[in-house]
Amino acid sequence: MINFSYTRAGSVAEAVGAKSKANGAGRFIAGGTNLVDLLKENVERPRQVIDITRLPLATIEEGPNGGLRLGALATNADTAYHPEVQRRYPALSRAILAGASAQLRNMATNGGNLLQRTRCYYFYDVAMACNKRRPGSGCPAISGQNRVCGVLGTSDQCIATHPSDMCIALAALEAVVRVSGPQGERTIPFAEFHTLPGDTPQIENTLAPDEIITAIDLPESPYAEHSVYTKVRDRASYAFALVSVAALLELDGDMVKSARIALGGVAHKPWRSPEVEALLTGKTATKENFLPVAAALFHDARGYEHNAFKIELGKRAVVRALQLATKGTASIRDVNGQTADA
Amino acid sequence: MSALKSIFGKDVDTTSSTYLGKPTSRVDGPAKVTGGAKYAAEFNVPNLLYGYIVSSGAARGTIKSINTAEVEKVSGVVKVLTHENAPKTAYLDSSHRDQLASSGGAPFRPLYKAELEYSSQPVALVIADTFEAARYAASLVKVEYEVAPHETDLRANMGKAHPPTVTRTGYVSAPKKPRGNPEGAYDAAAHKVDVEYSQPIEFHMPMESYASTVAYGEDGKLTIYQKTQGVQNCQEYVCSVFGLSSSDVQVISPYMGGGFGSGLRPTYDIYLSVLAATALRRSVRVSMTRQQMFSFSHRPEAIQQFKLAANSDGMLDAVTHTAIEETSQNEEYLETVVNWSGLLYNCPNVMLSHQLVNLDLASPADMRAPGAVTGLYAYECAIDELAYEAKLDPLAFREKNYAEKDQNEGKLFSSKELREAYRQAAEKFGWSGRPLEPRSMKKGSDLIGWGMASGSWEASQGKAAAKLVLTPDGKLVVSSATSDIGTGTYTVMTMIAAEFSGVAIENVTFELGDSSMVYAPVEGGSWTVSSVGSAVKTVCQELRDRLFKLAGKVDGTPLGDTKIGDVTFANGAMHVTGNPVKNVTYAEALKAGKIDKLELDTTELPQLAKQATHALYSHSAVFAEVSVDEDLGTIHVTRVVSAIAGGRILNPKTARSQIMGAIVWGISMALEEEGMLDDKVGRFMNHNYAEYHIPVNADIHDIDVIFVPEHDEVVNPLGAKGLGEIGIVGVAAAVTNAIWHATGRRVRSLPVTLDKLL
Amino acid sequence: MNAFSESDTAGGSTMTALPGKSPVKLTINGESTTVEVAPWTTLLDLLREYLDLTGTKKGCDHGQCGSCTVLVDGKRVNSCLTLAIMKDGSEITTIEGLTGKDGALHPMQQAFVDCDAFQCGYCTPGQICSAVGMIKEGHAHSDDEIREGMSGNLCRCGAYPHILNAIKQAYAATEKRTAA
Repeated sequence: MINFSYTRAGSVAEAVGAKSKANGAGRFIAGGTNLVDLLKENVERPRQVIDITRLPLATIEEGPNGGLRLGALATNADTAYHPEVQRRYPALSRAILAGASAQLRNMATNGGNLLQRTRCYYFYDVAMACNKRRPGSGCPAISGQNRVCGVLGTSDQCIATHPSDMCIALAALEAVVRVSGPQGERTIPFAEFHTLPGDTPQIENTLAPDEIITAIDLPESPYAEHSVYTKVRDRASYAFALVSVAALLELDGDMVKSARIALGGVAHKPWRSPEVEALLTGKTATKENFLPVAAALFHDARGYEHNAFKIELGKRAVVRALQLATKGTASIRDVNGQTADA
Repeated sequence: MSALKSIFGKDVDTTSSTYLGKPTSRVDGPAKVTGGAKYAAEFNVPNLLYGYIVSSGAARGTIKSINTAEVEKVSGVVKVLTHENAPKTAYLDSSHRDQLASSGGAPFRPLYKAELEYSSQPVALVIADTFEAARYAASLVKVEYEVAPHETDLRANMGKAHPPTVTRTGYVSAPKKPRGNPEGAYDAAAHKVDVEYSQPIEFHMPMESYASTVAYGEDGKLTIYQKTQGVQNCQEYVCSVFGLSSSDVQVISPYMGGGFGSGLRPTYDIYLSVLAATALRRSVRVSMTRQQMFSFSHRPEAIQQFKLAANSDGMLDAVTHTAIEETSQNEEYLETVVNWSGLLYNCPNVMLSHQLVNLDLASPADMRAPGAVTGLYAYECAIDELAYEAKLDPLAFREKNYAEKDQNEGKLFSSKELREAYRQAAEKFGWSGRPLEPRSMKKGSDLIGWGMASGSWEASQGKAAAKLVLTPDGKLVVSSATSDIGTGTYTVMTMIAAEFSGVAIENVTFELGDSSMVYAPVEGGSWTVSSVGSAVKTVCQELRDRLFKLAGKVDGTPLGDTKIGDVTFANGAMHVTGNPVKNVTYAEALKAGKIDKLELDTTELPQLAKQATHALYSHSAVFAEVSVDEDLGTIHVTRVVSAIAGGRILNPKTARSQIMGAIVWGISMALEEEGMLDDKVGRFMNHNYAEYHIPVNADIHDIDVIFVPEHDEVVNPLGAKGLGEIGIVGVAAAVTNAIWHATGRRVRSLPVTLDKLL
Repeated sequence: MNAFSESDTAGGSTMTALPGKSPVKLTINGESTTVEVAPWTTLLDLLREYLDLTGTKKGCDHGQCGSCTVLVDGKRVNSCLTLAIMKDGSEITTIEGLTGKDGALHPMQQAFVDCDAFQCGYCTPGQICSAVGMIKEGHAHSDDEIREGMSGNLCRCGAYPHILNAIKQAYAATEKRTAA
């Protein structure tokens, strides 16, 4: 773990200024759940750490046009248990509660959740090559232990996945990321926030180095009655997703008016395919109609030695999630107290 | 007493004992729940230096250079030790062999040579005045390797398998000659199974990482606070390796945050901390990181082949079992894997073989029920397959082929209540309602399956000593250099001492974990109660003899000329049995003998002549229920019932915990644990708690533990067989068999992860 | 573009002038104290190495086991992933702080002893702090919820069913006291 200097930002402008000045060698810290881990692994070696926890960004409040605004510094726990989040965006509550542990959710913030780094074994082990850590050094995961790696949107440079649960729900909800930088504020649609690895796996999102996430806007959602987050993992809790699915349905009787499906554990970003989702529009919500949608979502998937199963598993998880969503949003207590895959 | 009855069944007489057999809370419980219990890295001695280990990034080859220029500039750094500048230690390999080493091996020596033995081995130790400075500086060490080809893939190297060429205490070689004619019997049999089972490398992963705090005395004497299962083994090792006198080295370990076998042998942190402390003449602490906990020992990977056959009556007629395990290049790690298949069921035709493949990995080590857990996982699955081939209920098949004697050795069992264990566990579980055919039970959309297996573990006893001190205030302190790795040693020894000394339990203290105490063997193999407990019993009986004699010197002793057999020793006093009003207190006896402090010690040896005529084993019957979501492949173990025939149960409260924990281990082995080796780089890639999965609370549901009555006068003076290992043996098989019963799928490689069911 | 790579962060001299320790005011187990800490010192290392509060355990040091769980301003967190300097002004409760000044065990501590909810004892302080935090959070209504809520605390000895029992015992005792 490197020694670094520490600054406590008193305002958003101060935070942005400090990050700018650090010239790529600065890191914001809030919950610290991912950064401190990576500092100890020597994956992150910043010269300066900028503490943003005292900024006034921890509120959850009504947003524009009937939406909800989640402060970047609101904790994952406060967000998941917020009554309005539970009522209007149940898939988000469930996704957050399916991730990490209660302790980590008490620490982790919404902004930080978006910026989580991959859990690929080779990224985490600095004795190994990794194009994401050391561009050009190679990707041993492609021919190595790649159970946790992706099957969609991978490249010959990187097959890492984005590890967040929360982001999968945010992608399905078409959240908007509000950021602030030296040039002022701007918004980034969620689908454009995370990037695919391509030839530059070291780039994971479209946030500029001196920008800070200030809030996440959730647009008004017609999906609250039929929202699920299905997570399949190697143990009942406290494990990253092998495959996860946020499935949101807007139903008219048993007919689908609109559908949103986002996939986790399979790609470098929360995976969506609006054109595939559109296949469901106007169809009845039945397994027969879900199967081709699941197949289409994984049409271009490519499996590797230890993770090829994710393609079949992913399809089945999509069908399951859509079936559960059709039945209706489960009570939070059921989800909280049970394995999310049930 | 009603609570006791439910734990013990009907027949065990607990009324004749004051403490033994009664559920007793841990005497070290309050220390553990308040944070008062101190573990190895928590002895904060003054002016302590911290050593941070740098681990190798390559598996094989040579260290070309270690650049420490940047390291030494870091404020607070005192020294960087590497193979180039580390002080020399004992030259001969034999000096590095501890009590548990196999013969002929060359135990790993850290910072000894440029040649690498395995990936993640220590290559440098950075010593600084704070933990953080050492950690930071360690990140600046630049090591260059001349990489050479390595072999870490067991399956790819099976052609190199060879029988063990060395020996090791406790290892029982496979019988050299076959029993009967297994090939002929197999060919002629009505029902056959020819299968291969495999299991991956597993890691012990105790919650506490290995740590060694060496307090360097002004006189150069070392007090080493060490995470270990054997303080005296560590002390002997340090003296032998560093050429120190035993009077200059004291190893202390009052608490241990889990061992499971990983701390039977000295770990490399003690080597490094002593190396640094003696080189710098300073106090030093070296702790392993969690990642480094994957770098020194493991349960070996195993590939096992079976040819089993039964005749048309369902009688087991042929067993051929070959197990191939990996070991390191420098040592042959030996555990008894195949012999269990020759003794668990009656079978006239048996051939067993155990072989090793040397790979570029750290030496494997004993891990909870070493050998048995491996051999019986696979054997009990294969037996389940054979039972189904014969269209017999798996429990009925086992009962039919019940072994009344150990056919490997031709000996009767000293006791074996496995039949009763089957009966009680099956009844509790509701086994009789089980359909024979798989895929017969459902709950909602989930498939339900029931599986069972048997387990066995040896009930051994080693030489051990115990010492006691009785003072006139009536307090009794008993000690022995054993450990409590969570097993409840403090508590059970306190109970034994109270029981046999007649001192009330609240006035008894048991001390352990100090190499200067009287001899105890390493704490492992389920033999601590049997070994140390027997010594405690004997020394306390000697105390009564002494006190009885001293009582004769008390003026007007109420004992008169009563014989000792007619005297009751209780609550720190002696009285004629049946007449508790007139007594002689222990304090009065001491005073009469003008004794300020009564000290006694004794060394107890196993009664080999008596034991050698019998086969000494504990047994288990394990039943498991699983629920499988067939679409997603997810498996939940919803119920386990395990009945244990483990001799006399001295403390049912901690005994239950031990078995329950072992069942959690078995579930973990069945469904979760796997050291993921990347053979291309020769390195374990999931070397952390996030990716090397062990169960979390949400994975574990109902676990029922039954102790069946088992009386045994041969096994040791206490009649207790030990419980540390038996609880895990067979669990993975029961779970795997239940998965088959739920799904109709025989998954023959562990862990049974969901992808294997898709 | 937010480019992450080692080259842009790890370069340069390692001897860059760095700030020394800064004073941090903490209330630990009810006692206010000011300690000098370096930016990179975690709350866990501060407790164990500088304040001799070794009841809080280091199991993995990476937020993957929960042994280091303490309460910060009443909420359970992993102290291994918490930089001490960031907690200036906070109230910290460790396992040592749950025990009464007179040595009386907290109901959760007592329940762990009664139910034999541990073996080696190393994860235990973290389990107990986590359980106390969980009950405060108010989501522990059923066995399944408790199991899930406690899944951030690994126990290699496998004491989980007894941990569940202990938490239920302590919870019932608390409820009873509140009702009375």
